Amino acid sequence: MEIFGIPSQALFGQLLIGLINGSFYAMLSLGLAVIFGLLNIINFTHGAQYMLGAFAAYLGLTHLGLSYWASLLLAPLITGATGMLIERVMLARLYKLDHLYGLLLTFGLALIIQGLFKNHFGASGMPYAVPPIFAGSFQLGFMFLPKYRAWVIVMSLLTCLLTWYVIERTKLGAYLRAATERPELVQAFGINVPRMITLTYGFGVGLAALAGVMAAPIYQVSPLMGTDIIIVVFAVVVIGGMGSILGAILTGFGLGLVEGLTKVIYPEASNTVIFLIMIIVLLFKPAGLFGSEK
Amino acid sequence: MVTDSTEVLSLQGVQAYYGESHVLHGVDLSVKSGEVVSLLGRNGAGKTSTLRAILGLVGRRSGSIRVFGQECVGQSPHQVARLGVGYCPEERGIFSSLSCEENLLLPPTLSAGGMSLAEIYAMFPNLQERKNSPGTRLSGGEQQMLAVARILRTGAKLLLLDEISEGLAPVIVQALARMIRDLKAKGYTIVMVEQNFAFAEPLADRFCVMEHGQMVMSFAAAQLSEQRAQLNEYLGL
Repeated sequence: MEIFGIPSQALFGQLLIGLINGSFYAMLSLGLAVIFGLLNIINFTHGAQYMLGAFAAYLGLTHLGLSYWASLLLAPLITGATGMLIERVMLARLYKLDHLYGLLLTFGLALIIQGLFKNHFGASGMPYAVPPIFAGSFQLGFMFLPKYRAWVIVMSLLTCLLTWYVIERTKLGAYLRAATERPELVQAFGINVPRMITLTYGFGVGLAALAGVMAAPIYQVSPLMGTDIIIVVFAVVVIGGMGSILGAILTGFGLGLVEGLTKVIYPEASNTVIFLIMIIVLLFKPAGLFGSEK
Repeated sequence: MVTDSTEVLSLQGVQAYYGESHVLHGVDLSVKSGEVVSLLGRNGAGKTSTLRAILGLVGRRSGSIRVFGQECVGQSPHQVARLGVGYCPEERGIFSSLSCEENLLLPPTLSAGGMSLAEIYAMFPNLQERKNSPGTRLSGGEQQMLAVARILRTGAKLLLLDEISEGLAPVIVQALARMIRDLKAKGYTIVMVEQNFAFAEPLADRFCVMEHGQMVMSFAAAQLSEQRAQLNEYLGL
């Protein structure tokens, strides 16, 4: 069977890969958007924190015998806690300064964390087995869908929707949205905004770590796994619009699909298509597809 | 229960700075329970800075600020607010990403005795009609009502109102004046910064005039006629 002269197996196969990549783009850009919204900091450590999540799962398995499920819960909590420590000790001193300082600090931290891991574990990746329950695949008729990949897509969608719901539809989310606009006034209403900022950073970092755990069985666990993906994720955030929650989710999945489609139609461009889109979007809508100009 | 003579707010020798600029030069102020005090003065005299200093929203402050008897210098803004302070900023501070009703429900309850949503909607029917509109889609007058209404829900008994009559149509200014009288009758203590003396004149129990970051005059409403010449000089009327 062929669609537009492309074998349907290849088309659906690449679209699936696109959707998987999109799942990670969405989760990572969501965390970046939440952090940027409230902290006004472009968190360049995000890729390293995604890597830390994968390593927490890997080390938990090899040293403590922790299952995938335990890691899915513990890795985001532990990595999120280290994030909160970083926020309290370092980032909190930078809020009154230019964006550039936060960017430099988080970029430096990423280099240090990745350097330490590379020094200790080497640059090559380590395998992480797919949990037994997800062995095998579904036969969909037109293609095979590995069960673990189906799980990643479902889990990412659920995480994104839940985050969106909490931020846009609950009282807690109203505090967050309000503090994103006018932190000073929200604090003058009696809300402990500094604590809210710490928890928000921890949450964003936890999301990155969760994505890292989910990525471990698909990509290998490697100190540089974050550097590879984070460049694309920043392009996703720029295209979606900084600080827009729904924008980050939709653009993440959308661009994953576009990337997959490009791999079938014109493979040579698959690594650059996202950046091409970024240039076009910046030319016509500098605030991003879903962003509002301040 | 606080008695009428209790001091709700007291400032002694308050100095405040924004970075390098020194905005308050030793402000003294005392407000008793149930009093409506109007802070007057020209632009840049330090009225808004005084309200912001009470909450800790200035860069640095020193001296003594007591709210309901508790020292506030050294406390964070949220800790000061929790003593029972409601703040309505000059720029209104309506959140565009929140609906009208979300804006109204945002400030957390600080103590019992705040107005219910039903009472607030009875006082400001417009806000009920527009409860699902994004906050900043409301008209200027509606946004001002919203900015004041949302702090009445919280049970705050000391209200700091910054230029609430500014730039509003006369009919809305009259509604706000009625509201201040209602609140006064209910025992609220109010410090209102006003550029518009005609608005403050019939409402305030006492007038305090600021110039160059200091209090230069303070007199009761009853003394207004004998003080008017000097007041006009300070206000440049």
